[in-house]
Amino acid sequence: MKRFDYFEPRTLEEAAKLLAAPHAQILAGGTDLLVELKEHLRHAARVVNIKKVAGLTGLSFDAKEGLRIGALATAREVELSPVVKERYRGLLQAVRELGSIQVRYRATIIGNICRASPSADTIPPLIADGAAVHIHGPRERVVKLEDFFRGPGKTVLEPGEVVTSIVVPPPVADARKIYIKHGRRKAMELATVGVAVTHVPGLETRIVLGAVAPTPIRARQAEKIFSETGDAARAAQAAMDESRPISNVRATAEYRREMVGVLTRRALEQVR
Amino acid sequence: MKIRLDINGEARHLEVEPYRSLLDVLRVEAGLTGTKKGCDVGDCGACTVLVDGKPVNSCLMLGVEADGAKVTTIEGLQPAPDRLHPLQEAFIRFGGAQCGFCTPGMIMMAAALLAENPRPSEDEIRFGIAGNICRCTGYTKIVEAIQVAAKEMG
Repeated sequence: MKRFDYFEPRTLEEAAKLLAAPHAQILAGGTDLLVELKEHLRHAARVVNIKKVAGLTGLSFDAKEGLRIGALATAREVELSPVVKERYRGLLQAVRELGSIQVRYRATIIGNICRASPSADTIPPLIADGAAVHIHGPRERVVKLEDFFRGPGKTVLEPGEVVTSIVVPPPVADARKIYIKHGRRKAMELATVGVAVTHVPGLETRIVLGAVAPTPIRARQAEKIFSETGDAARAAQAAMDESRPISNVRATAEYRREMVGVLTRRALEQVR
Repeated sequence: MKIRLDINGEARHLEVEPYRSLLDVLRVEAGLTGTKKGCDVGDCGACTVLVDGKPVNSCLMLGVEADGAKVTTIEGLQPAPDRLHPLQEAFIRFGGAQCGFCTPGMIMMAAALLAENPRPSEDEIRFGIAGNICRCTGYTKIVEAIQVAAKEMG
């Protein structure tokens, strides 16, 4: 890695100030940042490690507020959480397929989100569950996760803003959730297509597609068809039409679009 | 920056640059070359060590982040200089190591796995070592070695 200045702020205010400088990079888990620094995909004049900032750790669940995931909560904490296992099954399925156990002990969920990769595993189930992003900055603000992304690697965050947590609403009692990841192998893989569904019978169905558009997207037409008719095949066709995949080293656009149909249908049949 | 950490039960005071990975700090500053540098970007698992008992890729952590931590490397796994850990014994006996480059990371990950789950199924072993890549063995002998070590340790 190239030389950089290194800071360990103790407060959010201090962290935000340090991060407002040009080429300042935030470090939480480091599993993306260090790779990008080593591969010269990203330049850091300074690295701001937020691990010593108070109040950003851990997971907590409240029956009214829901699940709060702190900026420093690791993927492994989420994977081993009994609350996540019981109530946020889509997220659990996604997190178990993120990198390796070694990576999950360091990587944070918030980091996976802020990196804004179109194929990030944790994003589709969190959008399907209606998660919101809590942001510290000149003014505190809360943004719905589905409105958080601008494009690959791009979010609505402004310089000097820091995500402090995401909050996922408490699940409705009979909600059914699933995340299906499609890749070329079983582990250590980036999603070729990811489909998350949160289905509350008689109330609402959310279908979120990963890796088939510049950002994870909701397939709203498919949601509408499934809610109104329960027809998984027609909803799957609508999801295919709503996806905007590209061809790259992992798959062609045509293959991705086909798989959106297959996986959406499979997911809807399983939650029905 | 000055850091103080416990490596394999020994208190170490090291002077490290903030842009050095824990892997480089262990291999160069601390002189412990048992931990291997494979890909250096978190894909291969050869650099797996335990930090406060948890398995991590030491290439994906800054050395300065280990300040105050307890780090265990392959050199710290042997119960005594003339005795091997049951995992090391089993890897030798069952051909779990061929070229040997992935072996230190593989064994550290297996040790972490058995600490959390003393009697893992074959599927749980394969899930557990998914982040450790081996291009010699085809993994079968490694899985067998871990199963046998688990029995002996249990």
